[in-house]
Amino acid sequence: MSRVAVLKGGRSLERQVSLRSGARVEDALARLGHEVVSVDVGLDLIRRLREAEPDVAFVALHGRDGEDGTVQELLEILGVPYTGSGVLACVCAMDKVLTKHLMVDAGIPTPEFFAFSETAFRDLGAAEALPAIEERLSFPIVVKPSSQGSALGVKFAATAADVPAALVSAFSYDSKVLLERHVAGRELAVSVLDGEPLPVVEAVPRDDHFYDFESRYDIGATDFVCPAQLPVGVAESVREIAVSTYRLLGLAGFGRVDLMLDSADGEPYVLEANPIPGLTDTSLLPQAADAAGIGFDSLVERLLELAEARPAPAN
Amino acid sequence: MAKPPPRSTSRDLARYAGLFASRTRVMTSSAMRDLMAITARPEVISLAGGLPDTSSFPPETFAAVTNRIAAESCARALQYGPTEGLEETKACIAEVMAAEGMRADPEDVVITTGGQQVIDLVCKTLIDPGDVIIAEAPTYPGAVPTFSSYQAEVVQIDMDGEGMRVDLLEETLDRLDGEGRRPKFVYTVPSFQNPAGVTLSGARRRRLVEVARERELLILEDNPYGLLRYEGEPLPTLYSLDGGVYVMYLGTFSKILSPGIRLGWVVAPPPVLEKIKVGKQAADLCTSTLSQLMVQAYFEQGHWGDYVDSLTELYRRRRDTMLDALAEHFPPQAEWTRPAGGLFIWATLPDFIDTTDLLARALRENVAFVPGSAAYLDGRGHSSMRLNFSGSNEDDIREGIRRVGKVIEEQVALFGTLTGTAQGPAQRPEAEATADGESGARVLPMPRRGDAGRRAGGQ
Repeated sequence: MSRVAVLKGGRSLERQVSLRSGARVEDALARLGHEVVSVDVGLDLIRRLREAEPDVAFVALHGRDGEDGTVQELLEILGVPYTGSGVLACVCAMDKVLTKHLMVDAGIPTPEFFAFSETAFRDLGAAEALPAIEERLSFPIVVKPSSQGSALGVKFAATAADVPAALVSAFSYDSKVLLERHVAGRELAVSVLDGEPLPVVEAVPRDDHFYDFESRYDIGATDFVCPAQLPVGVAESVREIAVSTYRLLGLAGFGRVDLMLDSADGEPYVLEANPIPGLTDTSLLPQAADAAGIGFDSLVERLLELAEARPAPAN
Repeated sequence: MAKPPPRSTSRDLARYAGLFASRTRVMTSSAMRDLMAITARPEVISLAGGLPDTSSFPPETFAAVTNRIAAESCARALQYGPTEGLEETKACIAEVMAAEGMRADPEDVVITTGGQQVIDLVCKTLIDPGDVIIAEAPTYPGAVPTFSSYQAEVVQIDMDGEGMRVDLLEETLDRLDGEGRRPKFVYTVPSFQNPAGVTLSGARRRRLVEVARERELLILEDNPYGLLRYEGEPLPTLYSLDGGVYVMYLGTFSKILSPGIRLGWVVAPPPVLEKIKVGKQAADLCTSTLSQLMVQAYFEQGHWGDYVDSLTELYRRRRDTMLDALAEHFPPQAEWTRPAGGLFIWATLPDFIDTTDLLARALRENVAFVPGSAAYLDGRGHSSMRLNFSGSNEDDIREGIRRVGKVIEEQVALFGTLTGTAQGPAQRPEAEATADGESGARVLPMPRRGDAGRRAGGQ
């Protein structure tokens, strides 16, 4: 039995979701007989961890600081083993622009895109390049912040006139944004556990609602189908692409890869990878694990074992 | 300590999702609610809440009140009470209503657990799924989830500086009539409206009451702030103009005494009131006896009006501070209302700014407000924001507005860069006086119906 520090909350915009993920993990750990030290991440994080001397940290944080390598770096410094991916993988996966460049280089299909920093517009007159981009991508275009983990700040631009306001919204969350070809089709998520793909989940929005921040975490706003009803060959290739993405980014322990199955050409396109997928009762990874016969407690235990089995960080 | 029994984990979603009533499907949490959760952190200057300043309430008064209850009516305070409320507390309510020129028969009053319960009970009594409720655009954000949970269809009527456009209301009623639909009630906050801060003019009040009579239409008049007037002359309430035939009246002690005691009331025509009582009995049997006795003991001291006067002084200064700060720190493209009372200012920014996204940015500067879309059920309002001035001290108001102004300025500049139309300082129009001499509430740039969905990311 281990003493486990559950890191949750924090100041990210996904704080509430993280608190729910963390609480659920804590319940599971208690049932498994572990000693739980609950930590709402804040200014006293280092002191709390030093006092608690945990055997392992369960990182149940989402979004900025928790999922972007920041907390992982601190845990490395303290020499505390932790669940999930290491610093570099988190840095890559939280940065959609970086992720997409890596995928393009590795031949993993991802919707065509262009990325900009705020300074490109402020200092280099990038606005003048927008018409050329709009021509290349054709409308509607999806505009999103590079780092936001949820759908906050993601906008559809139906025409060129919508683009500046959509950019202003996206820049509210990050100094780097991307404009992406909109892929119409089925929304799929493949969770990966220790390098192995779990059954594909399909998110079916009700009432044609955009699969947004709201429906993503709420029972009833979106229907989830697991395993997704896909032809065998398609399901296999989707799972393979997800695992390739997971490996490409160097994710460890677990992760979730979100894709679109393009209704035009029938091909899957990877949108993003999440280093710390949600673990709430409506989250996709626990559902996929459940469909594979892995209950939530087993999932949590497995992630702990993987964390403890990794070579300890230099201390 | 005994461990809690293990909770089930397998198929949590499937297990519970099948049990939810269909009405909970529309009670979704929103991005905003998750954002608002961050606003509660101590380092954040929150202009988001609707909090009165309870720190100015004298602790010795509180002590005297509770001591008196302990000495004289301990057993009664700890006991259940009648569903409709205690007679002595109804006498206090009569005093408050008299201060705004109203007389209500105690028989027609039910004391409730806060004013919010009145909205819930009126919906419970009148609304079947799909029924129409008329509300202002924007409307009280706290009523939105209540209306949604009863699966009402809410039709929102535009406002200007004189409150709800009653002419548009009549057009809407005609249209609905043509569709064979009759709204169950009109929900309105006529004085110092939440969130817009505007006040329904005297002429429109009279016309609204006439419309209700002509069409046999019920009105729910929500009046939490009527006594918190900072300038100008009081206007008659809809209830006093109508005499309680078609107007149901919602009052509360939350803003004149304390929201913590959870005490409100409803005055309604007897047949409606009977149903409301049945609904209340099912909901919570009765309103807190302890709270009702506290109000009674407090009113017997005879100084409740002085306390309201002191709040009025305090809030007037805070409102003026916020108005000054807005003039100093908000860009010329922004507009805002100038409330003559109440707790809120409603600011509207250029159309290209989405205030939910702006809030995410503002939270990084440790300041919060309510995004305007919380006050609409039809997807409008995303360039507006509600700002509260009663719950923060003057330094925080100045600093908070400065920070919000800074992030708006950044976005305005960025938009200018993106569109090649970098906007210089435009001339701000002078405030216009309105018909009733309501000092200077500028005509509200409320988003129109046709605007919804026109912008990127429109719902």
